[in-house]
Amino acid sequence: MYIKSIADLQVGEKGTIKEFQNEEISLKLLEMGCLPNAEVEVTQKAPFGDPICIRVADYQLSLRRREAHTVLVQ
Amino acid sequence: MKVALLGNPNAGKTSIFNYLTGMNQKVGNFPGVTIEKKVGTCHLPNQQKVSITDLPGTYSLYPKSLEEEVVLEVLLDKEHPEHPDLLVVVVDASNLKRNLLLFTQLHDLGIPTILVFNLIDAAKKAGLHFDKEVLEKAFNTTIVFTNARTEEGLATLEQQLTSPKDHRPTQSLWSSDDVTPALLKEVQEKYKLKNTYWALLLIHHFEKLSFLSEENKNSLERLSLQHGFKSLPAQSKETVQRYELINEITTNSIKKKEGDGSEVVLNKELDILFLHPVGGYLIFFSILFLMFQAIYTIADYPIQWIEQLFAWVGTSLNEQLPDTPLTDLFTDGILAGIGGVVVFVPQIAILFGIIAILEETGYMTRVMLLMDKLMQKFGLNGRSVVPLISGIACAIPAIMSARNIDNWKERFITIMVTPLMSCSARLPIYTVIIGLVIPKQQIAGIFDLRGLVLMGLYLLGLAMALIVAFVFKFIVKAKGKSYFIMELPNYRIPRWKNVGMTMYEKSKTFVWEAGKIIVLISVVLWILAYYSPDGSRTQIADEVKKDNPSLSTDELANKIASVQLEQSYAGHLGRVIEPVVAPLGYDWRIGIALITSFAAREVFVGTMATIYSIGSEDELTVTQHLARAKDPVTGEPMYTLALGASLLIFYAFAMQCMSTLAVVQKETKSWKYPILQFVYMTVLAYVAAWATYNVLS
Repeated sequence: MYIKSIADLQVGEKGTIKEFQNEEISLKLLEMGCLPNAEVEVTQKAPFGDPICIRVADYQLSLRRREAHTVLVQ
Repeated sequence: MKVALLGNPNAGKTSIFNYLTGMNQKVGNFPGVTIEKKVGTCHLPNQQKVSITDLPGTYSLYPKSLEEEVVLEVLLDKEHPEHPDLLVVVVDASNLKRNLLLFTQLHDLGIPTILVFNLIDAAKKAGLHFDKEVLEKAFNTTIVFTNARTEEGLATLEQQLTSPKDHRPTQSLWSSDDVTPALLKEVQEKYKLKNTYWALLLIHHFEKLSFLSEENKNSLERLSLQHGFKSLPAQSKETVQRYELINEITTNSIKKKEGDGSEVVLNKELDILFLHPVGGYLIFFSILFLMFQAIYTIADYPIQWIEQLFAWVGTSLNEQLPDTPLTDLFTDGILAGIGGVVVFVPQIAILFGIIAILEETGYMTRVMLLMDKLMQKFGLNGRSVVPLISGIACAIPAIMSARNIDNWKERFITIMVTPLMSCSARLPIYTVIIGLVIPKQQIAGIFDLRGLVLMGLYLLGLAMALIVAFVFKFIVKAKGKSYFIMELPNYRIPRWKNVGMTMYEKSKTFVWEAGKIIVLISVVLWILAYYSPDGSRTQIADEVKKDNPSLSTDELANKIASVQLEQSYAGHLGRVIEPVVAPLGYDWRIGIALITSFAAREVFVGTMATIYSIGSEDELTVTQHLARAKDPVTGEPMYTLALGASLLIFYAFAMQCMSTLAVVQKETKSWKYPILQFVYMTVLAYVAAWATYNVLS
């Protein structure tokens, strides 16, 4: 199945978290409610496309493109 | 009894703290670290007094920043002076799941706990309905619903604080059975801990906990190796399991009707506006621009009243009291010094008020987003925006707030350049000098020229901070990774009570902290400027009279006053350093002020007030005194545009603040960095002021 990262999603696009590729970043994201199988939606991008804003578990979170690349979604 | 308020950032802890403690608050630091600690007293309905600590906002008991480490330290160290007997965990009811993660961890420590569902109105608006009884049973705790904005439910909370014993958790919510029970048992026995989760946290964090002795750390490390304990996977497993638990409980006890979704839509539209690649920056700079205009125009009236009040008190005291040196010391030394501090309260209050509003509304986090990419080009981080903007108020809290930046290099550069931002202590100097050399004019009918110049100085500070940061980016080696995972709070109307409280607290701190130094230096300075190594004041006066028989009474009085000052101890001191500051266009009087303001730049204006008011009969404002000063050679007004600009530039860049250096030393745990900072800023200030003076004169 075709898998991409949060960084590849367009504004308004949704995805389901499948895998974390960086253990340290994943700990922070888990704590912030980005759990495996959680649905995320890219809501907004800052100028120059970085950082990215996502909606997860009913609130908004921001992360840099570099960090978004480590979260694979489906 | 000690109560600690805990919760995620933005859950509304501060509003609840303000309600419970009112004006009985003390802002200090946690021992050994420079993290702001707010403690207050609360009078409970049963007349009992309890101490309440507002702990820094935290997402979990697995600290990712230095502020979160302090929270862990307070909780795990039973000997800590702030170790609580009762926890009040504040959660945002409209964003429950993430907020409850911290709650379940705190609950499992076994300390009596009350769970506060705050922002209940927003949750109801979003269509959420809570079954309180089911929730209380499932979470094994007491729940209070509050809405801090309308003070709903806060009286109930106060009532619950009276009986801490009723709130002790009876069983753990999460079971640590998955993680090596044998290890936990050994730790529990060794440290006499009843609580299993407490033992687990010790094993996870022993390296970071400062209250553990080296011996304890070594033995914990040995134990953890023996049992093959892996911290990161265990942590990730725990987090996932806790979320599963929370999901299970909340699905049964919280019903969600579809809300109208109006808030989400509004948030989205505001984000589109504020994060727009062009509009976003325009709005940000307009806000900054309005801020400086407000500081100049709104603060103008109260400043005039304060100045007139102090001038009037001084003049009437001079008339009423006998003409002795003591009276002079009081009116020219102490009163002039105090007046010099109080007069800046309106501007400082407005500045802190506006910064508080930007934070309260949630706009500040959007500014971080807007600036992150740009800041990274200068070796900084989007989060550096908060220290840099707070630096406009005061570099000390600003440098402390750099703790939110988890990357060492970005944090270090932020600390090094923050003092270049024009702080409120520079504002007095800017105000006086601009008032002196820049004419009062309207530009394009609406903008005040002086306000524009003031804004220019702030921009100059910002530009220099970025330039220096850029240089540091290539010198400093990187350590560790840089993250930018951050919650974006919903936009909301500021809670005006919190804004008012910030303005009051910060102004009070400024008056007390700066006031103490300024009054002390004013007195010392008055003594130095009043007495002379060359004979008594009357002797000097008599000599001047003898040498100038042809002068009128007025001219003679002025001449006597200036000769007396010149021959005083201060005059001699000023002459010693005059050669050093002469290339910048300064005379010995300014030289004295540079020396006295070495430790704290706000002393400059007080010093000028003291120097120029000694010997003068009427109490004028500093600006009036300086405007009268004449160049001894040409007879033209002393304060020309070139001299004024040179002074402005010098103070914009110079590191004239002992307290900031002390904080930098604490934060970087090294003497090398504050010294480096002091040297580079002083050299920069000297060269820039010299160039300015020579170009303009």
